[in-house]
Amino acid sequence: MSTRDGDLILRHTNAVRVTHWAVAIVFTALFTSGLALFSPFFFWLSALFGGGPLLRFIHPLAGVALVLTFYPYALSHLADNRWLPADSRWVRHMFAYMRKEHADVGETHKYNAGQKLMYWSMLPLIAVLAGTGVLLWQPWFAPHFSAGVRRLAGLVHAACAFVMFVGIGIHVYAAIWTEGSIDAMIRGTVTRAWARFHHPAWLREVGGKDEP
Amino acid sequence: MALQSLDVKNQSARTSTPPTARRTPEVAKLVDVSRCIGCKACQSACMEWNDLRDVVGVQEGSYTSPPDLSDQSWTLMRFHEEERDGALQWLIFKDGCLHCEDPGCLRACPAPGAIVQYSNGIVDFHEEQCIGCGYCTAGCPFDVPRLSGRDSKVYKCTLCSDRVAVGLEPACIKSCPTGALHFGSKQDMLFEAEERLGDLRERGFTRAAVYDPRGVGGTHVIHLLPHGDRPEAYGLPARPKVGLVQRAWRSGLARGVGVATLAGVLVAGLLHYMRYGPLDVPPGDRPDGEVKP
Ligand code: HEM
Ligand code: SF4
Repeated sequence: MSTRDGDLILRHTNAVRVTHWAVAIVFTALFTSGLALFSPFFFWLSALFGGGPLLRFIHPLAGVALVLTFYPYALSHLADNRWLPADSRWVRHMFAYMRKEHADVGETHKYNAGQKLMYWSMLPLIAVLAGTGVLLWQPWFAPHFSAGVRRLAGLVHAACAFVMFVGIGIHVYAAIWTEGSIDAMIRGTVTRAWARFHHPAWLREVGGKDEP
Repeated sequence: MALQSLDVKNQSARTSTPPTARRTPEVAKLVDVSRCIGCKACQSACMEWNDLRDVVGVQEGSYTSPPDLSDQSWTLMRFHEEERDGALQWLIFKDGCLHCEDPGCLRACPAPGAIVQYSNGIVDFHEEQCIGCGYCTAGCPFDVPRLSGRDSKVYKCTLCSDRVAVGLEPACIKSCPTGALHFGSKQDMLFEAEERLGDLRERGFTRAAVYDPRGVGGTHVIHLLPHGDRPEAYGLPARPKVGLVQRAWRSGLARGVGVATLAGVLVAGLLHYMRYGPLDVPPGDRPDGEVKP
């Protein structure tokens, strides 16, 4: 990418961006197909999947695709999401941050505490969704489990899916709200000013290598 | 519903109220277990009328054949053998759908209209709406519906809804040579069951009982059990009900609250954006200059 020298900083590599959007597309498929089953109010969404039976067939496969795309992505971000003392401070001032009273939140590395919370909640959530999903998966796996186990799995799966719906809803809104962050996930770069404002500690770490 | 005598009073995953203007009497099948000789005429009649042919299996040391209900076997004579006081007893039980008044399958099903309950009490599967998720098999307290390996649809006894709709009795009833099977209005069948219960008790079956479990709102197939104190001996659950886990799982209320919460998140986002605007980099900090904070 050709830009003015030092203007743009690489925030997400090509591989990370491609994986992120793969996860996003797969999640959208899971979200819409899951929602159709979650509430009859949304059953019409099954039309997007070629009808109910196909939806039922595709959903668990999309679930597997999510596991296969999300976990490599997540594991490669492990180090950047370690919880630091500054993060607890961020959480304490979270509402001030949401009111754009920025001063109190302090040093932020590559990800702020809100992003880290999202990260750490998705790790177990997707694992539980995958596990309970397999217990419900007809016709291959579910017949091996008793009705009682499947009822419980259904309850846990639906509850976790709900938490994930809300969680990802917040994630998407935060990305829209934070100007420049969707651009960053599409083109990979942020401006120096953006980095200094949102992630000053990160900017210091990567300060040396500005070129995209 | 095309067939007026089969008004639908409840259906799976419904968002609107079904028609209730017309009133239909509730029907029931009475199975007098004490009169059943295990001849399997009903089983054959069911296959005949419904065009079902199960695979021919192998002898597994029991008269129960085929070994289990399936997409091709909607009713099955189960031969429970038990030794009591040194004597062998055969408890023969006609397994199949009991047509619950509060059907766990229907509550569990996420596909609109795949499971319907007619106003006469019959619970019927409409396979063309079924998506094959198998939730109904998890939701049934009696382990009755069977997911077909052939087409990923679920099948079970229809109580011959097609026959009942035109005023005929179910095929199994027609075939029973001993009068163990009866069909009529639920009221009549309960009355008949009480009479026979009296007879049975006089004959020494003091623990005999009518099985019409309250936990599922009563059933439209009721059983007269000689050993009514031990329904488990016939393979029936003692206290069947739609349990708490399932109620929570497929609770319309919880789902309504869930969907409302999602809408709430959306609205909260909009309001937040309207009130505070985007979180952009302060003007003084733009664009790439080394502005000191
Ligand atoms: C990760 C692997 C996953 C697997 C293997 C999986 C599998 C399943 C299966 C087998 C069902 C039953 C319906 C069907 O057979 O299609 C189901 C239902 C459902 N899934 Fe998933 N799923 C997974 C992930 C997800 C995710 C990530 C979400 C959403 C965030 C989700 C949301 C739902 C919802 C809402 C239902 C309906 C549950 C209900 O209403 O009771 N699933 N899933
Ligand atoms: S398998 Fe078919 S009938 Fe059973 S719950 Fe799923 S959609 Fe409904």
